[in-house]
Amino acid sequence: MTTTLFINAKIIDPEAGTEALGALRVGGGVIKEVLTQTPENAEMFRTRNKSSETVVDCGGKYLAPGIVDIGVKVCEPGERHKESYRTAGLAAAAGGVTTMITRPDTAPAIDNPEALEFVIRRARETAPVRVHAMAALTKGRMGREMTEIGFLMDAGAIAFTDCDAVVTDTKVLSRALTYARSLGALVIAHPQEPILSAGAAATSGKFASLRGLPAVSPMAERMGLDRDIAMIEMTGARYHADQITTARALPALERAKANGLDITAGTSIHHLTLNALDVADYRTFFKLKPPLRDEDDRFAVGEAVASGLIDVISSMHTPQDEESKRLPFEEAASGAVALETFLPAAMRLVHSGAIELPLLWRAMSYNPARRLGLPSGRMRVGAPADLVLFDAHAPFVMDRAKLRSKSRNTPFDGARMQGKVLATYLNGEKIFEAS
Amino acid sequence: MTFAHRHLLGIEQLRPDEITTILDLAEDYVTLNRGPNKHSDVLAGLTQINMFFENSTRTQASFELAGKRLGADVMNMAMQASSVKKGETLIDTALTLNAMHPDLLVVRHPHSGAVDLLAQKVNCAVLNAGDGRHEHPTQALLDALTIRRAKGRLHRLSIAICGDIAHSRVARSNIILLGKMENRIKLIGPPTLMPSEIEHFGVEVYDDMKEGLEDVDVVMMLRLQKERMDGGFIPSEREYYHRFGLDAEKLGHAKDDAIVMHPGPMNRGVEIDGDIADDINRSVIQEQVEMGVAVRMAAMDLLARNLKAGRA
Repeated sequence: MTTTLFINAKIIDPEAGTEALGALRVGGGVIKEVLTQTPENAEMFRTRNKSSETVVDCGGKYLAPGIVDIGVKVCEPGERHKESYRTAGLAAAAGGVTTMITRPDTAPAIDNPEALEFVIRRARETAPVRVHAMAALTKGRMGREMTEIGFLMDAGAIAFTDCDAVVTDTKVLSRALTYARSLGALVIAHPQEPILSAGAAATSGKFASLRGLPAVSPMAERMGLDRDIAMIEMTGARYHADQITTARALPALERAKANGLDITAGTSIHHLTLNALDVADYRTFFKLKPPLRDEDDRFAVGEAVASGLIDVISSMHTPQDEESKRLPFEEAASGAVALETFLPAAMRLVHSGAIELPLLWRAMSYNPARRLGLPSGRMRVGAPADLVLFDAHAPFVMDRAKLRSKSRNTPFDGARMQGKVLATYLNGEKIFEAS
Repeated sequence: MTFAHRHLLGIEQLRPDEITTILDLAEDYVTLNRGPNKHSDVLAGLTQINMFFENSTRTQASFELAGKRLGADVMNMAMQASSVKKGETLIDTALTLNAMHPDLLVVRHPHSGAVDLLAQKVNCAVLNAGDGRHEHPTQALLDALTIRRAKGRLHRLSIAICGDIAHSRVARSNIILLGKMENRIKLIGPPTLMPSEIEHFGVEVYDDMKEGLEDVDVVMMLRLQKERMDGGFIPSEREYYHRFGLDAEKLGHAKDDAIVMHPGPMNRGVEIDGDIADDINRSVIQEQVEMGVAVRMAAMDLLARNLKAGRA
């Protein structure tokens, strides 16, 4: 068995919450040894290795488990011109994302085993990274009838979600949650009061009022979360909130966790690094769902990630073509691509002192993997050798023309960023190397 | 004289001295418009296209007349009936227009920010004739000119803006303009028709007409859209008129020489009492229409000068 030894690496262990200079031996697709490196034994690493072993000198850069990204939109089936499994996979590899958890909000929705098998096959044949597909919770994401949760799980569905289509009928939702619980299925929901937020393009407040945009109160998120928490209490379902983006939703989340409910929560990298003012002169690449929030909310959500109240950070990668975005703000489609900008955007939180790197990484690899029951996302013997080697400080100016995604709707075009992926490994094999 | 802009997209982009520049030039056009020969040639040879993606009779007529009096070739395009229905995007419409080499493009659109978007894609001067609930700069300018002529100044006045502030681009542009000129601004209306956090715009907010109108110099009424009258934002038309309609009793709380304004078209008996609207001692509503033509002539004149300077 050939092995690879990574030396001179600052190894991030998100599970333990540590970073330390060390070495890592990888073989047979898994992590074989995690070794601590000191000035005394540094030379030994060089000489001790077996002749058959490949040595990668990491040059003191960070080596971490690959990112596990819950909620990536790949536009197959239906809109392959926006993003395919191949392009999303290439973007993921370049961004240090080794596991994509894909969304079922395609056209048509992935709400039956045949459609799920199609996307799993497409992913296996074309994407260079690991892909697990989520399936819809209700047929057509219409919120009326639950999908074949059992068959879909047999076919490989990793979780069930209607994405941003909130199930408004609480009878339908309670039955779906009860049924899902009996199978141990994880349900991912979008906490939002859908009637209050209908038609909104921005968060209500000074900026939306100045720009004259239809807006929704940030309270709509808390209302949605409050309802969902009551539903989990009623049904005992395993639940994950896709994006918590407001300060006012946090106490409810904290109480639900304290009460022992099986609940976790995520947020998006954009809501952690941008605020409502970034929309400026109606820049539609900043139109997201939920809309960008005030700075107070952004800050509070960042603190919640640092404290562990929010478990997961996702890219919420949502490709949109130029035609969907080059429209008046109200009419433009929501969402932004983020696979390739995920890591440098996240580094903004580290560089600003909002969060320590190992804790940040916990929300980007270990927590999502653990929630989904995946063995990856860990820096531990026996875990898959899905790794990302990156320079946390390397500065660059983001140029959207260079993105690998078919769609280039990033809000970071022209932004000064720090943090570059140097190489990405899947099962110990290099799948990306920076040129 | 300074006015260094390529487009007139909103009041937000204008400095106080630029606002004064437009108003001063508009005064000249008031004189011209009242004279026997209402024609000038400052826009001769230029093409003005009025693109209205939303119904408008008054604003479109005002822009058309302004352009014609200045000698421009004016074309009206009723966009709500044309290519938009065929699925053409705003950007494609802009590119199509570009090929026609217009010099002045007057645009009204139902979505906020749509005129800004269009302005980024065309090679001519763009005038915002109202975008969604964002801005309606020429309306604010004509209101300012009307106030300045009636009150002799455009600063340190107490001005009430009453009614549906939330959905009104007229209100937004006026709040910005009157604030820049250092006036005291009072917004009066039911809380369901107030934009959120509007108090951060340097205004006072009232939900009682008598309190809000106390000692004001100017009462600016806004139109209440029919579709917002029943149950959605207010309980009924008659309750609205009772609480927020301008009648003699409520107006009695304003200064004795307070003027009454309305951007039109009016809903008599909903937001304003018919007698007050017609009271020649108080109402300047007809004067507003007259000032509208003059202000639009001034704005187009200034933009055309910058356009020519840019091309030279």
